[in-house]
Amino acid sequence: MWFHKQRSLRVIIGCFALLTAAPGFAAAPIKVGDTFPSFSESKLEGSLPDLKGKVVLVDFWASWCVPCKRSFPALNELHKRYGDKGLVIIGVNVDEQRASMDKFLKATPASFALVRDAEQKLVAKTEVDVMPTSFLLDATGRVRFLHRGYQGDETKKEYIREIEELLKAR
Amino acid sequence: MRTKLFWSLAGGALLLVTGCENVKPWQRGTLADESMTDERNRANIALNEHVFFSREAATGGRGVAGGGCGCN
Repeated sequence: MWFHKQRSLRVIIGCFALLTAAPGFAAAPIKVGDTFPSFSESKLEGSLPDLKGKVVLVDFWASWCVPCKRSFPALNELHKRYGDKGLVIIGVNVDEQRASMDKFLKATPASFALVRDAEQKLVAKTEVDVMPTSFLLDATGRVRFLHRGYQGDETKKEYIREIEELLKAR
Repeated sequence: MRTKLFWSLAGGALLLVTGCENVKPWQRGTLADESMTDERNRANIALNEHVFFSREAATGGRGVAGGGCGCN
């Protein structure tokens, strides 16, 4: 009897572990050193600029995210400063409603490339844990730097240092 | 009888577990919506915050970034 109880307890614990672990089977988060997932496989809305041989800053943002709004002027400035020198900035919007994105962009215009991850496929592949999260990719498409959130001038200074480093190495 | 009760409870608990869903950081648009806050009157929020800060020497956590919207 004792043996049976032990066994059923093990079965229950096993089932519980399986069920609670299910979300853990999702894609592993993208980290520094990984190759960034393909844009073309994620059915993004909007057109992408030519990325061949370019240093790419991929920024995941949403209209409801306050730090995203604060980061846009800095991204616009970086685009103006390094756009001709080989940097491409791609803002990937993850809003569920297109109208939310449009409303945000009316108040906070962006001069860099924007695409919309309407099906949230690309963002799910990267498994970001905060909004905004940005990935700085080298000319080969490898993630070289990762930024969680946006901390104002501190993050902007880091962007500048890292972009210059990657542009030099190109 | 006891075994049956045990299994029914265990089965029920397992069914409840499957109802859990993780909201990913990029899916928090609805949660971050203003309609999800318990107080939508900004003047009231400011007054309450002032009183709370005076009494508790602490502030924040009411709809600003970091208050659960997944921003930073």
